Amino acid sequence: MEVVYILWLRQLKRYGRSRSRIVGSLAQPLLFLVALGFGFGPIYARAGGGNYIQFLAPSVIAMGILFTAMFSGIEVLWDRQFGFLKETLVAPVPRLQVMLGRTLGGATVATLQGTIVFLLTLGVGFRPTHVVQLPLAVVMMFLTAVLFTALGTAVAAVLEDMQGFQLIMNLLVMPLFFLSGALFPLAGLPRAIGFVARIDPLSYGVDGIRGALIGAPHFSLVVDVSVLGVFVAALLAVGSYLFSRMQV
Amino acid sequence: MSIISTEELTKKFGEVTAVDHVSFAVERGEIFAFLGPNGAGKSTTIKLLTTLLTPTSGRMEVAGHDPWRESAAVRRTFGIIFQDPSLDTELTAYENMELHGVLYHVPRASRRSRIEELLTFLELWDRRTSLVKEFSGGMKRRLEIARGLLHHPSILFLDEPTLGLDPQTRNHMWSYLKDLNAREHTTVFFTTHYMDEAERIAQRIAVIDHGRIVAQGSPGELKRQTNTQSLEDAFLALTGKTIREEGATSLDQLRMQGRLWRGR
Repeated sequence: MEVVYILWLRQLKRYGRSRSRIVGSLAQPLLFLVALGFGFGPIYARAGGGNYIQFLAPSVIAMGILFTAMFSGIEVLWDRQFGFLKETLVAPVPRLQVMLGRTLGGATVATLQGTIVFLLTLGVGFRPTHVVQLPLAVVMMFLTAVLFTALGTAVAAVLEDMQGFQLIMNLLVMPLFFLSGALFPLAGLPRAIGFVARIDPLSYGVDGIRGALIGAPHFSLVVDVSVLGVFVAALLAVGSYLFSRMQV
Repeated sequence: MSIISTEELTKKFGEVTAVDHVSFAVERGEIFAFLGPNGAGKSTTIKLLTTLLTPTSGRMEVAGHDPWRESAAVRRTFGIIFQDPSLDTELTAYENMELHGVLYHVPRASRRSRIEELLTFLELWDRRTSLVKEFSGGMKRRLEIARGLLHHPSILFLDEPTLGLDPQTRNHMWSYLKDLNAREHTTVFFTTHYMDEAERIAQRIAVIDHGRIVAQGSPGELKRQTNTQSLEDAFLALTGKTIREEGATSLDQLRMQGRLWRGR
């Protein structure tokens, strides 16, 4: 247990010490919020969708979590390059614990990042309608965070070096984001896109966070939690399997 | 009784045979030097023995267990100081030590005093709250050494531990290790490019070249075998005088670039 804890703490310390990283990774969600939120806002309202900022804010929170979580997972590659990975791989502790500690640490960091983005959305006019459900929103955020940290770790365990990193961004992270229900409502989509959105785990994260904050989820909160839970369990299993087979 | 032994141990990376039917044994409580030019297979052998790589063929045993099949049992028995840095540079010196203490189950009660003892010994206690990224190369090296000793391992693997250290620190470190070896019977398995160091410290030596063991014995025996006056001459007689290039993997090249970038 102490092993999981100290590795969790390590991620938090590293996060707290890299102020530039915190600020830098807030720029992107903020840009999306301002450019898309205010840019598409009038059209969205005319189409009868209501206030686009209300719709977009939970997505941008999910986006902040997605990026931070994937990065935390992929940080394994940095640890490999800078050598620290060896220190954990030869230690007499089950690799499952090592993987769990890092993943929970990365997920906590991503959830914190999501919370900061949430505060930013309040600044541009987002008003959550279900304030009592804030804790539920945090649960959704954390589940989303664990899911994508585990995915990032699994991917990093397979990649040899940083060369594959750009590939992952373009072929995995971007599609996950754009094909989820983050930027557009899932109702009434063309069948193909609708299908892809339904198998994209981020859709359930976005829907869960949105459902908790402003109500009216597309699926239902029970479905969101269940799907996220299944993905989390599966990716943790796959991630720790791949991690346990890593050689240096 | 031997605490480390290999029989016909072989490791291939694709076409390249890094370790080629290597057999040797290290006795419990012995100080054993593993010498060879760059790219001879020293680090690969250490990685095999320390559970980090799967052998292609052959047999090996560390403290009565197979490092690959019974990695958990083997990991409890050794400490290692890697050739490449393996510290978390975003953490402080103390935090690196503490993390190691937890990973190696050093009881909380003795952890702090043990960390203080080692950091003081390696003259890093005053800098314990500094981030490791602010350390010089030599300080990082000392911290790695302190960390490797933290959990009282019964076998200590040191892969070029004195690289980049000044003679004072080297001397200091070896006297500590010899003392530890005498007091706690810690087996020391080390590689180095400093032949005078090997000659002074090691009780027994194996010389590896092109993945094969070319000679084994005490420093005196190696000198007699080669009819030379110093271990350095014996080493050159055994391995030739051509300069070697390390067959770098892409990962090694990346590390090298990383090191250049960080100005190490």
